[in-house]
Amino acid sequence: MKYLSFFLLLALFACRDTQPPVEEPFQGPELPTNFPAPSYDLTLNPVTEAGFNLGKKIFYDRILSRDSTISCADCHISYSAFSHPDHPTSHGIDNLFGRRNAQAVQNMLWEKEFLWDGGVPNLDLVPLNAIQSPVEMDNTPAEVLHRLKQNAEYKAMFKAAFGTEEITTARFLQSLSQFMAMLVSANSPYDHYVRGESGGDLSAEALEGMALFKAKCASCHTTDLFTDHSFRNNGLLDDFSFDKGRYEVSQLPEDIGKFRVPSLRNIEATSPYMHHGNLKTLEEVLDHYASGVKDSPTLDPLLRQPDGTLGIPLTATEKARIISFLKTLTDEKFLRDARFAE
Amino acid sequence: MQKFYFWALALLTAVMIIPACKDARDDEFAGFGSVEIEFENQAEGDALVFGKNYTNAAGESLQFSLFNYYISNVVLVNENGDRFVAPKDSCYFLCKHDDPDSRLIRINNVPAGNYTGLEFVLGVDSAKSVSPVTERLGVLDPATGASGHYWSWNAGYIFMKMEGNSPASANPDNKFQYHIGLFGGFNSPTLNNLKTMKLTVPAEAARVRQGKEAPHFHMVVDALEVFKSPNVLSIAANPAVHASPFSKNIADNYADMFTIDHVHNH
Ligand code: HEC
Ligand code: HEC
Repeated sequence: MKYLSFFLLLALFACRDTQPPVEEPFQGPELPTNFPAPSYDLTLNPVTEAGFNLGKKIFYDRILSRDSTISCADCHISYSAFSHPDHPTSHGIDNLFGRRNAQAVQNMLWEKEFLWDGGVPNLDLVPLNAIQSPVEMDNTPAEVLHRLKQNAEYKAMFKAAFGTEEITTARFLQSLSQFMAMLVSANSPYDHYVRGESGGDLSAEALEGMALFKAKCASCHTTDLFTDHSFRNNGLLDDFSFDKGRYEVSQLPEDIGKFRVPSLRNIEATSPYMHHGNLKTLEEVLDHYASGVKDSPTLDPLLRQPDGTLGIPLTATEKARIISFLKTLTDEKFLRDARFAE
Repeated sequence: MQKFYFWALALLTAVMIIPACKDARDDEFAGFGSVEIEFENQAEGDALVFGKNYTNAAGESLQFSLFNYYISNVVLVNENGDRFVAPKDSCYFLCKHDDPDSRLIRINNVPAGNYTGLEFVLGVDSAKSVSPVTERLGVLDPATGASGHYWSWNAGYIFMKMEGNSPASANPDNKFQYHIGLFGGFNSPTLNNLKTMKLTVPAEAARVRQGKEAPHFHMVVDALEVFKSPNVLSIAANPAVHASPFSKNIADNYADMFTIDHVHNH
């Protein structure tokens, strides 16, 4: 009897092994229940498997840059939530450095304005910036389209994605958006916690950190996207002559030094921090808010205490708790998702 | 009986002819025609020539090497004040000085009538400036038609682009460069340099008739007006203007660089 069950079990595994692997049907972007409705209109550009595959190929293709040395993925790396680890500011063509820290590319469907200063109002148009920037890819969109049109594999992929081989600006940009639309991060321990799923057991320290975060940080880093999408000056600098932020788009003096509030999802994996990448660790970030806030006319009022002191009062324990909470926003599934990596 | 038939026939003919006559008169205003608008760039009263010496309102000598602008949202106003708005899918034009064909624009499917007013926008209106990529075709395609006229870092079209050189400019090669855009912003307000022109036909109305050749608006565009009024623009003080608050001064200037010289009816 003992042996029978053993053999039965063996037979069961044998059967399982001989079964061909089942192809998972393509799933479009995840729309998490704890997120609001997306800002991106998916009906104008529905995500298909062929469109996603095409967008992914383009994202990883170096022919986008003038001398074919740099791809989007060189500055937006999958395991760091598509940001550029260890690079305070972007590192582009001819080893030129940009002014700004390469942003994470995640949950783009919920963003309304792109880049640190919100200069681009639609995800579809964002790639044009990197392609044309003399310190990033230093190319022209016309040249990129020309190169793609020379390539038989691309022609076939455009046909699969859009019905014909025609390679237009809109199709090129929409396929990149289809790839980026899929980059949804919403399976961190925090998400499991708020959705009441398994894997959502947060430590007591993280839970205390969450309460502190809600009281001290969430007015700007609003849950569950961890940004309210507004432009604010968080006191990082008091001289913005190098990079005036939102002002460069709006030309309004009250916008000098304001940058888009970044999401804090996967923050553990996206160091260095801030638009200029000048803070390396989360400890440095918390120290900044507690005691490093610099004054300037556009400093956010939330960072001025009634007694005139600047910043957010935080004790050492409070800082540690907040950091412990921020680490619950790390979404391992997203960071290691084979669908998105090269 | 014969007589009855005669009168009956006569009546019938009359009944048929009278409305036919009336139709013939109404016909004039039935159906659709076209208009043509030619933008002739001028300086100091003559056709603008790249590389020729001119003097601006600040007394600076200068030469032009580039002068392009977007014209959009053309509206024709007839003698009764009725407005014909050119449809959105065919009302964007990028007029380039060195491409005369681009400066002759045609508006089709205009209801027949006598038109005494012409309105248009210098620039690309805000709705189009934020429209989906699939609706950015032809001169609005950032990769092709709008190449060089699109800011990818501050997503929007460059409404007017004027370049040249002047001894007054301290920039390399004495260059001056005015790239003026900004449509007012998407989610939050930014500077708005869109200008709507409302012009009146000087003498005879433009007669649009079905099946007839299109009346031709001859528009004079005074390039030096960009330097003149209401704000005197000095190249020495501002050799390069892009997306900056100062750009408003130039937009206020180009708002009155257009005049309808005459309309030619065929
Ligand atoms: C040389 C490095 C570099 C390359 C190459 C690059 N980027 Fe970026 N990316 C950046 C930087 C830096 C920013 C922030 C720029 C700013 O704020 O002005 C950014 C911002 C973005 C954003 C906006 C994210 C947000 O939250 O607003 C997206 C989307 C993006 N890049 C996608 C792409 C795509 C697609 C490509 C390839 C066509 C690409 N990038 C190529 C450095 C790069
Ligand atoms: C007044 C609004 C505001 C408040 C309050 C605020 N932040 Fe920020 N935060 C910002 C802005 C704006 C930036 C981007 C600033 C820049 O790059 O110049 C930022 C950036 C960050 C970054 C860097 C993100 C990245 O991707 O580079 C972290 C981490 C961060 N904040 C954490 C916190 C924490 C923790 C708190 C609470 C202690 C907090 N913030 C409170 C507005 C705020």
